[in-house]
Amino acid sequence: MADNEREPTVIADNAHVVYRIYGSAAAGSNTPLASFKRIVTGKKSAAVREVHAVKGVSFVAYKGEAIGLIGTNGSGKSTLLRAIAGLLPVERGGGIYAAGQPSLLGVNAALMNDLSGERNVELGCLAMGMSPAEVKAQTADIIEFSGINDRGDFSSLPMKTYSSGMSARLRFSIAAAKKHDVLLIDEALATGDAKFRKRSEQRVRDLRKEAGTVFLVSHSEQSIRDTCERSIWLESGVIRADGSTEDVLKEYETYVNK
Amino acid sequence: MAQTAVAESDTGPSLKELAREHGLTKAGRLPRLPEYTRHLWSYRHFIAAFANAKVSASLGSTKLGVVWQLLTPLINAGVYYLIFGVLINTKQNVDNFIAYLCAGVFIFGFTQTVVQAGSQSITANMALIRALHFPRASLPIAVTLVEVRNMIASIVVLIAIVLLTGEPITVEWLLLIPALILQTFFNAGLALFVSRLISKVTDIRQLIPYILRIWMYGSAVLYPVTFFAERLHGWQLALVEANPMLIFIELIRHALMENVTLAQPVGLLWIQAIIWTVLVSFGGYVYFWRGEKGYGRG
Repeated sequence: MADNEREPTVIADNAHVVYRIYGSAAAGSNTPLASFKRIVTGKKSAAVREVHAVKGVSFVAYKGEAIGLIGTNGSGKSTLLRAIAGLLPVERGGGIYAAGQPSLLGVNAALMNDLSGERNVELGCLAMGMSPAEVKAQTADIIEFSGINDRGDFSSLPMKTYSSGMSARLRFSIAAAKKHDVLLIDEALATGDAKFRKRSEQRVRDLRKEAGTVFLVSHSEQSIRDTCERSIWLESGVIRADGSTEDVLKEYETYVNK
Repeated sequence: MAQTAVAESDTGPSLKELAREHGLTKAGRLPRLPEYTRHLWSYRHFIAAFANAKVSASLGSTKLGVVWQLLTPLINAGVYYLIFGVLINTKQNVDNFIAYLCAGVFIFGFTQTVVQAGSQSITANMALIRALHFPRASLPIAVTLVEVRNMIASIVVLIAIVLLTGEPITVEWLLLIPALILQTFFNAGLALFVSRLISKVTDIRQLIPYILRIWMYGSAVLYPVTFFAERLHGWQLALVEANPMLIFIELIRHALMENVTLAQPVGLLWIQAIIWTVLVSFGGYVYFWRGEKGYGRG
């Protein structure tokens, strides 16, 4: 890993991420009397709970690498991706550094469900910073790649009529339409069917060739094995292992099957 | 060997230095204000597309569609006329009370809807904010643009009402344009301000309806502005007359109507409107920009 020839694209230096969640107070702590007491004593509201999702993560990612992020549910993988993308703030004392603007692509990337797929493509591309001319030129390709029109004209129907697989495919296609220095993929490949998965894995490999770095969060060990040669195993917000995919997956499997 | 990777990077040159050496930028760094403004400008097409999308998403499920943009202000004016013009007679000695009332209702309504929609613009789009990277000020500004469209429809209705109630067309009507432009910038600043405030202190959303209602009663929307001078004195009157919404409403009434009594001379109203607009739009923008990196936290 300490190869000085290679160019780092993402550096995480002791990164901590804390979520603040409102209105999840335990029963009894939200009575008028309790609220009044909090106001008088100036204590932090019990209704605000802090979740320490990522605890001191450090790693260096290099140009041309595809890195798989694995871990059990709630281990902080998605939070880490959001922090790399700059969408969630990193706590003081640490930091995440990246080349250019990393783009996050996930199944949660909500577009507007009342609008047609076509309008969502336009909106999504503009939100990624494309010019209207670029958007016009790419729209047909994006819809073609997503394959949502394979069974009739779906691109002019509102997205709320799509199946979850279809909208995930469309979202992936939108994000993959742009060249990214750093692309962060969150479970996006898992929802499509086998045919689409193959196509999207090819696209991830292409994006890597275009001198980017790709992070992939997935519960499908197969797609991690197929696309990533390096993996990071995150458990309860802490890195348990970082190395070649084969080694890390072996360790992870013994942990899960324990 | 898997563990050594982490250990190694700890012993090498500090990660921070390595990042600087390769020109990596810190994720979540706050851009400087001019840089942010340029970035926002480059997203103008996104802002326009988002505003259009919001309109078609909200009208898409209705049968009458765009017609609602005209019907809503008409119904609104009708309800207020029924209550305040017919049932409770608040017109006192205003000659053309219908036009007077409608100007107040529509102009106040413009700011009111911007504040209401602006207060939701961050919290309701959290998924979008956590997924894509764009200047967050796009959202409250897009909300303001949506309401500008609705306002233009209301102004068309207002002009029809003013003409039907017998006001002549004069050169002063042209003052409508700068007044509405000032109000639009004022509203944008307000939308930026409330969207950050409410994303931080969610409790305030509960207070917004009451604040807006008190503000409306203090803006001489439903009764003549002379009402205040008869009842209030000294600092109380000064406070009410400095109210930016009262000033905007007076400017519109002055532009469209003859023989309308104003609380202050017109020149003074314009100066105050400009001061309020600069203060609120710039202040709101800077306040919003300072919080740019925290909006995804929720």
